[in-house]
Amino acid sequence: MAQQPLLTLKSVSKSYSGVQALSDVSIETFAGEVHCLLGDNGAGKSTLIKTMSGVVHPTSGDIMWEGQPVTLDSPKEAQELGIGTVHQDVGLIPMMSVARNFFLANEPTRGWGPFKRIDMSQANGVSIDAIRAMGISRDIDPDQVVGTMSGGEKQAIAIARAVHFGAKFLILGEPTAALGVHESEVVINLIERTKQRGTGILLITHNPTHALAVGDRFTVLTQGRVVDQFKRGERDQIMDLMAGGRRLAAAE
Amino acid sequence: MAFSANQKTGQSDHSGPSAKHLAPMTLTTLQKQPWIGAAAAAVFVFAFFAYFAGSTGFLTAGGTAGWLNTAAELGIIAIPIGLLMISGEFDLSTGSVVGAASIIVAVTVTFLGQPIALGILIALAMGVLVGLFNALLVYRTRVPSFIVTLATNFIVAGTALALSRLVTGSSTLSLRDTGWAEFAFAARWNQMYISIIWWVLAAALAAWVLRATPFGNWIYATGGNKDAARRAGVPIWWVTQVLYVWTGVSAAFVGAMTAIQFNQGNAVAGQGYVFETAIAAVIGGVLLTGGFGSVFGIVCGTIIYGIISVGLFYTGWPTDWAQTFIGALLVIAVLANNAIRNAAMQSKKGKS
Repeated sequence: MAQQPLLTLKSVSKSYSGVQALSDVSIETFAGEVHCLLGDNGAGKSTLIKTMSGVVHPTSGDIMWEGQPVTLDSPKEAQELGIGTVHQDVGLIPMMSVARNFFLANEPTRGWGPFKRIDMSQANGVSIDAIRAMGISRDIDPDQVVGTMSGGEKQAIAIARAVHFGAKFLILGEPTAALGVHESEVVINLIERTKQRGTGILLITHNPTHALAVGDRFTVLTQGRVVDQFKRGERDQIMDLMAGGRRLAAAE
Repeated sequence: MAFSANQKTGQSDHSGPSAKHLAPMTLTTLQKQPWIGAAAAAVFVFAFFAYFAGSTGFLTAGGTAGWLNTAAELGIIAIPIGLLMISGEFDLSTGSVVGAASIIVAVTVTFLGQPIALGILIALAMGVLVGLFNALLVYRTRVPSFIVTLATNFIVAGTALALSRLVTGSSTLSLRDTGWAEFAFAARWNQMYISIIWWVLAAALAAWVLRATPFGNWIYATGGNKDAARRAGVPIWWVTQVLYVWTGVSAAFVGAMTAIQFNQGNAVAGQGYVFETAIAAVIGGVLLTGGFGSVFGIVCGTIIYGIISVGLFYTGWPTDWAQTFIGALLVIAVLANNAIRNAAMQSKKGKS
């Protein structure tokens, strides 16, 4: 499979005023694949996400997007390339409706000049179709306020929104961390579905079980270094994953 | 409302999506229509005074004009104040802007002998400047707008009073022969001032912006979750700026209008608006923490305020009780609004 990598980090290091947060990290991600990033708190996961989403610059090393070297100067620039980020708090406004959240800052309008208004029927239709395409089977009312929805449904809206607005690569920050068993399953299914539609995914998680459920490639990070990196089926997975993430195993 | 909220408490994410869908209808309706509670309260308050003061003049043209006039002047400022609160900010500087605008118009016309149009223009420009000043302070310093705009209120009030004394030797100045402006801002029909029409126009404009335009969406988002709004690409600075200027201009407008109505500019007038506008917005269903509310709700809140402050006079009861009524209503409104908010937030896990 001589597939072109989507987002690649080559020997990326990042230090904050002398403290080394990442040292010599290399990661390759591919379209239609889930790359799981495992590590304990303080392992450098969030610095890595910030590097990939344009929030911080690496101190050294290269970032490649579809084979071309890029510098990500801002989250907006990363978004324009097609790198979307969904944080653990999903970035939705709880008191606003599904459709209004979905199109926030990208509202479809109709009318002219001062009479320009949000095209609510389009917003309603498109957002519901996009969420349904994520495999959410319940009939969702585009008027429902997001705060009353389940954790899995919120993740579905956030992921559907990122994909709809052009994300080819999605960084998911601990999407299952605050969820119960059932809702975690919903989110795992969402990730599976998104991957099948050809989106590349970086899944950050504490939970090896969730990682193994959908992961194609795995990177284990400890104290800012890659301590293990392998593909699905290359290892006697759970044991090796745990052994690779000793700190993670110790914390269990 | 509190009851509906309790019904939902305890449902957590292990209950299936289908169970979620059985959320109480009343709660869902209230979340979608923030004005329902305020509208019901307005009807109730009106019925209350119609019953106790109907025979003593509350329902006459004069009584109706009384509460409508009060509500109109309050309402023109309460509307942008409400929008600001939905966006998560306060503005307590409106009172001083009203006084400053009224003395500016009087000084321009009576003292300087310039046309009234120029006076109104300068007053509105002052409103724009105060709005920009507030927005800049709030946005740059990130100090709570509550305290920042309270400071502005004192700065503007003090400056207006000092300059007025310095220039004219008095804090008040008569304003006569206002020509066309007399009709535009002080025309009366059956004791009802034209300010009621201005109020309706202001409400229609604000309702359109809030419900129908992308800018309205950004107002809700900014107040609902500022970080998420910023990440989604909402221009927070633009929202803050426009709303503070809108508020400042509205306060200046009311200041100029009342000066023309009363034939007098008064540098220390208007301090009542500082809290009355915020109270009207909260009674109208606007959430103190931002992210929730509607223009129609704010209009209802303003009507309630107007009816209570004028209606009590017609009952023959001591009007000293008016503030007690308003205070009690404010407590009820805040509790009800919070219950709705908590219900909407309760299924959210993790950071809010």
